[in-house]
Amino acid sequence: MAVATDASSAPMELLVSVGKNQSTKTLLRVLILCFIAAAAVASRLFSVIRFESIIHEFDPWFNFRATKYLVAHGFYDFWNWFDDRTWHPLGRVTGGTLYPGLMVTSGAIYHALRALTVPVDIRNICVLLAPAFSGLTAFAAYLLTNEMTTSSSAGLLAAAFMGITPGYISRSVAGSYDNEAIAIFLLVYTFYLWIKALKVGSVMWGALCALFYGYMVASWGGYAFITCLIPLHAFVLVCMGRFSNRLYVAYNTWYALGTLASMQIPFVGFAPVSTSEHMPALGIFGFLQLVAFLEYVRSAVPSRQFQTFLYVGLGGVFGVALLGLVGLTTGGYIAPWSGRFYSLWDTSYAKIHIPIIASVSEHQPTAWPAFFFDLNMLIWLFPAGVYMCFQKLEDEHVFVIVYALFGSYFAGVMVRLMLTLTPVVCVAAAIAASQLLDTYLVYKSPVAPEAKEEEVTDGTAKKSKQSALRSTSQPVVGIYTLISKGFIAGAMTLFLLIFVQHCTWVTSNAYSSPSVVLASRMPDGSQHIIDDYREAYQWLRQNTKEDAKIMSWWDYGYQIGGMADRPTLVDNNTWNNTHIATVGKAMSSREEVSYPIMRQHEVDYVLVVFGGLLGYSGDDINKFLWMVRIAEGIWPDEVKERDYFTPRGEYRVDSEASETMKNSLMYKMSYYNYCSLFPPGQAQDRVRGVRLPDQGPVLNTLEEAYTSENWIIRIYKVKDLDNVGRDHALAASFDRGNKKKKAGKKRGPRVLRAE
Amino acid sequence: MAPKKSATSSGTTSSSSSTTASASAALSNASSSAAKSASSGAQQIDQVALSLVQHYQKATPQRTKLIDAFMAFLVVVGALQFAYCVLAGNYPFNAFLSGFSATVGQFVLTASLRIQTTEANKSEFPSVSPERAFADYVVGSMILHFFCINFIN
Repeated sequence: MAVATDASSAPMELLVSVGKNQSTKTLLRVLILCFIAAAAVASRLFSVIRFESIIHEFDPWFNFRATKYLVAHGFYDFWNWFDDRTWHPLGRVTGGTLYPGLMVTSGAIYHALRALTVPVDIRNICVLLAPAFSGLTAFAAYLLTNEMTTSSSAGLLAAAFMGITPGYISRSVAGSYDNEAIAIFLLVYTFYLWIKALKVGSVMWGALCALFYGYMVASWGGYAFITCLIPLHAFVLVCMGRFSNRLYVAYNTWYALGTLASMQIPFVGFAPVSTSEHMPALGIFGFLQLVAFLEYVRSAVPSRQFQTFLYVGLGGVFGVALLGLVGLTTGGYIAPWSGRFYSLWDTSYAKIHIPIIASVSEHQPTAWPAFFFDLNMLIWLFPAGVYMCFQKLEDEHVFVIVYALFGSYFAGVMVRLMLTLTPVVCVAAAIAASQLLDTYLVYKSPVAPEAKEEEVTDGTAKKSKQSALRSTSQPVVGIYTLISKGFIAGAMTLFLLIFVQHCTWVTSNAYSSPSVVLASRMPDGSQHIIDDYREAYQWLRQNTKEDAKIMSWWDYGYQIGGMADRPTLVDNNTWNNTHIATVGKAMSSREEVSYPIMRQHEVDYVLVVFGGLLGYSGDDINKFLWMVRIAEGIWPDEVKERDYFTPRGEYRVDSEASETMKNSLMYKMSYYNYCSLFPPGQAQDRVRGVRLPDQGPVLNTLEEAYTSENWIIRIYKVKDLDNVGRDHALAASFDRGNKKKKAGKKRGPRVLRAE
Repeated sequence: MAPKKSATSSGTTSSSSSTTASASAALSNASSSAAKSASSGAQQIDQVALSLVQHYQKATPQRTKLIDAFMAFLVVVGALQFAYCVLAGNYPFNAFLSGFSATVGQFVLTASLRIQTTEANKSEFPSVSPERAFADYVVGSMILHFFCINFIN
């Protein structure tokens, strides 16, 4: 961020002229941080300015609905909330299966503002929560970086990077009311407190770290990242022979308090003592006790005796621990690793075993351009920063290195974990960039190495540099010519400017679309808003019964619940794979099979998303194969993925499509009546880019209820049973005026009406 | 002699690992040394234990011994709870967990207090005075017990 670098170099110049004025420096620092926070908030407001103050995407709609419930009914009702309007007919124990941190945070802000007599709508708090917290995240990044280096500009640079890097913005634009909105702040701040606790070795910092860890657990499932990273850091430190009593105090305080704090959340419950993800933390906890005891013994007895003690003691303890672990795991006391965790190690695991996880696009492995797209120049400063951590290698630098390694791996495995990598990239890149600037942005060219040291403007930097020189006797690095100084400083400034520009561009173009409201450009360049989703949900809200059950693919469950306020069969919570597979089967089977399923689940309306007219590629036909796969996982005999491809293995929707495909409910609902929109022979699907057959599909058991302006959302009403006991195909054919052909023989399918 | 004895026993357990691990560690020490049946090894272990006890009695101030006694008490309470859980079942698992983690957490916090107040470790904790250590200890314990009581159902 150009403002920050210019400004952060400014205090140096100022200091050179004014002298070592501490208060000026502090004032400037506070000002710069405020500006950074303002920039962080401002760059996230594109979506509000372009569209309106609206909740985005899918999950935020659930969070928003839950927040409204919390505000309306109070905390205790929220905690015990059983929601019978989702997962019909099962319902969902919502209060016990969500991370309440986000809703409670916005609820608290809401009540605080109300108490201050600021009349504010809960929706606006929800929309603006993520930008507000991004300002705090920038501050947390500043604190964390200041723990790593003595350079005063590094922290400010890190704050600026953190504030505007697209890798973080992608999850925190205004309206993106998701758990990550506050979780990244908590992640960075917990890490800061951990480093602080480790450096000071005080119980208080450890307890604070545990409290923020508890808050993090209450907010996001990604807390497991902290649960694994801190023990790993402790383990690496012990392995490097850097065990210290400070580590003992910090880790144990964090673990003892943090684990208890995490168990307060109903959704986490006993997981910290029963699942494998949490076992490393427990193991390191025990391990540290052992190491501390050994340290004590070593200080107490002569070294020769200590050796025998070590061999005998360690051998025994490891034997017992290993036996215990094996026994507990085989005895079933410790649950094996969960599927989502396996998919972190083997990227194809989910695809084979759990299609529901693989079907979510953010669980896919990251494509390499995404790193550059999300982090821009930080991605090449990042290794330099990690290298500089290797040079200093204090305890806290080990943390950055461990974090960098782990974060990079996980970010490579799963797109959404780019988010956890971003903080360490910002910190490391800021360390590298500030080192560059500190070296090249010195006023006068040094005449001699000694003189050069005098020039180093910052007081603390000078001291550390001198002591570092004496202790390690590194060669003096100084830049003498103005040309190279100017060149490097200019290039760096240019890079920073380009970075700002890139971030703004990415934010504005890639991450600021609410995806509920679509925008397109008219031929004359003016903006055209496509608002089909809200149009259709509003129709549902106004024209259907209060408890009309809507069946749709699970992606739209939260939106239907949030915007249309109607019960749904499945939603984005995906806790019950079988139920989702049932919907998948209904969507992918013939009408005769689907109708009884829908009757059994009391479905009143079916909602499909169809992008063929507009060229909207995220529609249900493109997701259809996942429905088939998930259904196949439960009913391999009735639904077969192969049947949906042509004999040559193509996935087609035109006249060449396979019979199963053409007869599937999803296909019929998508293309029903579609060709009537075009002149004969001209019907075209603009997403798949194919011409459709003249004869559209025939629907017998459903009737079209509503189709939105651009045909994105199509809603069908499930027909009731026929009055005179015919099956639907017959009735429909009768209505069309076809002659009844020997109805007597057609009595067979009557079975299907049996509920 | 009696108080001394208790102090020594607490000394061997005190700075050891967490409650259960300490018991098993001590047990395995004895058992594995016996199993190896190398008489010289056993003798060495005896020597180690002996010098450990001597060092403890000589070098530990009275206040620290008090802390050690409390830690020994916590170990006993924790072991009792664990034994109860193994023998009588863990039915109110919340209650067991909060009780057990109260002892473990208190043990760890007390161990931290002990480490921070030990003279030999002064250099490692430049910013933690004994008074600060005690205040931290109180704060940590209060948070711990708040969570335990909230969790106990």
